[in-house]
Amino acid sequence: MSALASTHHAELAATTPLEELDVSDPALYRDDVWQPYFARLRREAPVHHCRNGMFGPYWSISTYKEIVQAELLHKVLSSESALGGISIRDRPADLRLPMFIAMDPPRHDEQRRAVQPIVAPANLAKLEHLIRERACRILDELPRNETFNWVDKVSVELTVQMLATLFDFPQEERRKLSYWSDCATALPMPGGIIETEEQREAVFAEMLASFMGLWNARVNAEPGNDLISMLAHAPATRHMSPREFMGNLVLLIVGGNDTTRNSITGGVLFLNQNPEEYAKLRANPALVESMVPEIIRYQTPIAHMRRTAIADVEFAGHTIREGDKVVMWYISGNRDEAAIEQPDRFIIDRKRPRQHLSFGFGIHRCVGNRLAELQLTILWQEILKRFDRIEVVGPEKRVHSTFIHGITELPVRIPA
Amino acid sequence: MPSIIYIEHDGTEHAVEVPIGHSVMLGAVENNIPGIDADCGGECACATCHVFVDPAWLALCGTPGEQESSMLSFAATAAPNSRLSCQIPVTEALDGLIVRMPEAQH
Ligand code: HEM
Ligand code: FES
Repeated sequence: MSALASTHHAELAATTPLEELDVSDPALYRDDVWQPYFARLRREAPVHHCRNGMFGPYWSISTYKEIVQAELLHKVLSSESALGGISIRDRPADLRLPMFIAMDPPRHDEQRRAVQPIVAPANLAKLEHLIRERACRILDELPRNETFNWVDKVSVELTVQMLATLFDFPQEERRKLSYWSDCATALPMPGGIIETEEQREAVFAEMLASFMGLWNARVNAEPGNDLISMLAHAPATRHMSPREFMGNLVLLIVGGNDTTRNSITGGVLFLNQNPEEYAKLRANPALVESMVPEIIRYQTPIAHMRRTAIADVEFAGHTIREGDKVVMWYISGNRDEAAIEQPDRFIIDRKRPRQHLSFGFGIHRCVGNRLAELQLTILWQEILKRFDRIEVVGPEKRVHSTFIHGITELPVRIPA
Repeated sequence: MPSIIYIEHDGTEHAVEVPIGHSVMLGAVENNIPGIDADCGGECACATCHVFVDPAWLALCGTPGEQESSMLSFAATAAPNSRLSCQIPVTEALDGLIVRMPEAQH
């Protein structure tokens, strides 16, 4: 962000009456100016009610400790898609998709267990070799002394190949997966990848048709090691309605794709913004291990998760009423000085780097967290073997979203 | 002080003294014993402090609460003697407790 914009937002954040402070505007994230607003909320109102938010009234929880406490209250703070689900923006009621991230126990627990084997230690060990092979191939083909978009050539490419493997989806059609993922998370607007909700539904229908073919083949075959086969054979998921299958596909595609992609991009950006950390890393490549969780904290690829109260609940001195929308801002809790030392700095050798909120906590804690770390670890190990430096040569472009905290363009150059 | 024996997945043993009232998780973290991550710091919210309690000691460790049981039910390698070590407070009666670490924490 420019110095001017940053002063402007610092001033605005300081002078807006507290009760009018609204952190739901996606432009705050597109322009990377969200920081001072949350600093004020953490200081003055860790649990804050906004009456006139861009997406309606909502509670904000912005401090680390309180976010963990809210995660544990899944009995009163529901994830249910019919109530609005997990993102601050309500989709039209008839278009809400059931998926297990947006379900409460017991259905959530049963469906989650169906896909959990994909990340069992033995399966991750099998994937490791494959990920390394692909990372090497992608890196070896990168141009030298030439400006290119790191997001497209590396971040999207590596994550989408991985995703195709997890689904056992045809590799030659893998870019469809990132297209569906982008459509799933886009805010409909004129000129955008998705202009209307109807258009999004049409894309989802096309996605479902494509996966139905895979489902039909797998359901009649021996149980396999891919996500579709797991869903087709597990008792909890094998009789899912087409809409529920669609919802879970969206969950697995977005979950396994966007988030890791944006961490891969974030790492390059942060090392360029912090040359002394980049120097530390070059001098000691073993620091990749602690750098990877620090990248994921610092990026916070999912800015928030939303819940809906299904009963009145006393929380940190406030009464949250049945029906209220509650937003847990991971992006803010990850910058909470009460929980993390010097939280606004990117430090690749922190003592306990995995203590962050980016994967959530409680029963919905990210299924793929170790897989995401594995991909980033391997990629950085291989980058350090090949390139002395990846230089960011222009401003990044960020996603216009309150939910997905991401980067769509990062122009870089690798010196020959 | 009670002594707790932590056995890593590769068989490496660590016997350390842990103050009464601390959790079994904290005993490992404070002594830098690898194999227990404890990402949530003991809030029963991450399941990265998963251990297998030696069957002889299982009853003395009490029974898991509801939150602990649901977190454990998602762990890929969970077994009937699985516990989240942040939910086991160290007592005099646990002097000599043996816990084993899984292949990986999730
Ligand atoms: C850096 C990468 C990633 C980040 C930051 C991330 C973040 C998250 C977050 C914040 C949640 C919700 C937690 C909560 O509500 O408390 C979640 C859930 C989930 N993630 Fe990830 N994720 C990442 C990578 C992945 C990958 C690679 C996969 C695919 C295997 C995946 C699959 C899932 C699934 C299936 C859920 C739903 C879990 C449930 O509701 O029980 N994620 N993730
Ligand atoms: S430390 Fe997180 S559940 Fe025990």
